[in-house]
Amino acid sequence: MNIANRSKDKNESTVDRGSKETRRLFLQGNEAIAEGAIAAGARFYAGYPITPSSEIAEACAEKLPAVGGVYIQMEDELGSIAAVIGASLTGVKAFTATSGPGFSLMQENLGVAILGEVPCVVVNVQRSGPSTGLATRPAQADVMQARWGRHGDQHLIVLSPATVQECFDLTVTAFNLAERFRAPVILLADEIVAHMRENVTLPDPAQIKIVNRKKPACPPEEYLPFKPDPDGVPPLADYGSEYIFHVTSSMHGERGYSQNDPANAGAKIKRLFTKLDNHLDEILLVKHHYNPADELDLLIVTFGCTTRPARAAALRTPNLKAGVLQLVTLWPFPDAFIAEAAQKARAVLVPELNLGQVIREVQRVVGKEKPVFGLHKSNGLGFLPAEISARIEEVANQCLR
Amino acid sequence: MPALSWREYLDEKMLPHLWCPGCGNGIALGALTRALAELQLPRNKVVVVTGIGCWGKADDYLATSALHGTHGRALAFATGVKAARPELTVIVLMGDGDGATIGGNHLIHAARRNIDLTAVVLNNQNYGMTGGQVSATTPVDAVTSTTRYGNPERDFDLCRLVDAAGANYVARGTVYHVPQLDRLIRDGITKKGFSFIEVISPCPTHFGRRNKLGSAVEMMKALKTRAVNVNSPAAKTGELPAGAFLIGKLADRDDPDFTARYAAVQQKAQAKGGFSS
Repeated sequence: MNIANRSKDKNESTVDRGSKETRRLFLQGNEAIAEGAIAAGARFYAGYPITPSSEIAEACAEKLPAVGGVYIQMEDELGSIAAVIGASLTGVKAFTATSGPGFSLMQENLGVAILGEVPCVVVNVQRSGPSTGLATRPAQADVMQARWGRHGDQHLIVLSPATVQECFDLTVTAFNLAERFRAPVILLADEIVAHMRENVTLPDPAQIKIVNRKKPACPPEEYLPFKPDPDGVPPLADYGSEYIFHVTSSMHGERGYSQNDPANAGAKIKRLFTKLDNHLDEILLVKHHYNPADELDLLIVTFGCTTRPARAAALRTPNLKAGVLQLVTLWPFPDAFIAEAAQKARAVLVPELNLGQVIREVQRVVGKEKPVFGLHKSNGLGFLPAEISARIEEVANQCLR
Repeated sequence: MPALSWREYLDEKMLPHLWCPGCGNGIALGALTRALAELQLPRNKVVVVTGIGCWGKADDYLATSALHGTHGRALAFATGVKAARPELTVIVLMGDGDGATIGGNHLIHAARRNIDLTAVVLNNQNYGMTGGQVSATTPVDAVTSTTRYGNPERDFDLCRLVDAAGANYVARGTVYHVPQLDRLIRDGITKKGFSFIEVISPCPTHFGRRNKLGSAVEMMKALKTRAVNVNSPAAKTGELPAGAFLIGKLADRDDPDFTARYAAVQQKAQAKGGFSS
């Protein structure tokens, strides 16, 4: 893989912000997610109310019917994700939004979307847990659940926004990746970014890059809904089109009918991984909030709501060069970007609103070559820049001075 | 276009089916394919949604489009298909465990929403696929692999439940009364709004054996003697003998269905101009 090509910050919007159709709005993160979904072409939302994500449902209930879409409030989150999967298979871009307790309930059917290769987007606005927890204070403790929350071997894409603008931009990206890879994508937001209000630019819809799923081109009688193209992704027809096909939560062959053959099962499960891992250049997104060519004393690895206080703290460190690497894609984990950045730093710090999740991955990537420090907090409060500054000072005293 | 026969709705490559000798599932599957053939529904406009269980395997034998989901959630998957594409015919096949026990919440809400789905719930009074455990339709005192001393819980009357929840169409049939079952499923499919057809069916392998109900043939005969047609004089008296149950159309109304109501919501939203931000 060519690190140099990949290390540019890909999530920067390339649109012309002076275009007439561009709108400048003062929006909440959740509202920006709803706007991003509709801009990406979503026309179906099924969900169940839960703080701190409910504004997404409320916005969709108002806006989707106005653009010919459907909002349906289901009886629970198990049903919400099920309805999203059913809708997506008719060819409609579909999504749901929830928070921790509801995200837990969605896990089984997220497995259906993974195995059945159904494009859809699930927004999890993280709140403090476990269980009902500190309703509804911020946390970032669902990073591992998003990746590993379901039974069985499976793989999926998780993106994490740090600003209201990113709420909009990354929701579009989430739909594009879901359609591109015929897979569910998780937008892992948090209470802070979801409830924050700031100015955002909604680009001219004509300038937003939209990806639509590959449709089959073969005659209907030859269509095999799980036969991959060379890129590992099978084309997906719509229910109701001339293509008749089966999708199942059971292990299946290329025809989509249940099949227990071990060779087939092994190949299918492996393909669920390789169809993502062979295209990391399209999936992995990070933002360097420093010049990536620079040598650093301290690399601060952040995601979501820790990014801003970490950036503020990095600017306030006297006699120390600190830089913030923001992980936009959390899964697949952006190993190569972290390895490259860590090589140019003397130490690494990972602040996160949990007792140690992303730091485990960073330690795995960095190894024992460089010291990796954490700053962990799980009490329902976000980080202040001063808290991160204090930790930077400790780290500096320990190994940088 | 030449007329489609019932066989063309079956995927014969997948036969023989996995159901036990004496099971009623094959009869119910036959009834469904005959109903589809009578209505001449194009196969690509039909989506069959199933959950997990013996009857939930039925989609493997159908040549329509299908979505085989998770245990208890078939109606929720189907709700997404129908709400997104109201022009499709969506048929949901669930057993009593799938449809009424783990999935009971979706059942009452699909009925309340009156969404235009046709649910065919095959009730064999226990969990057949996992070895004959108690379900929400196992009668009180019945023996199953998890009620060795008799079931301490009462069973649901599913038709009354779904009727009370607001479905447009509620019917009960059995796999003994086959011509009637064909008609009940056919009428359920044509009916706008939520249609619910409970199909009483024997499970000689588990429920029959543990409750000493005799052979599969004897269990079939019991369906004949216990079922009382809702239009019969016996049914009109309101007094049914012990063990008897009504079959036929039990509720039939024409309340607006969800997709019609939602089309009105879309019109209002579009008239208002939509985006407020």
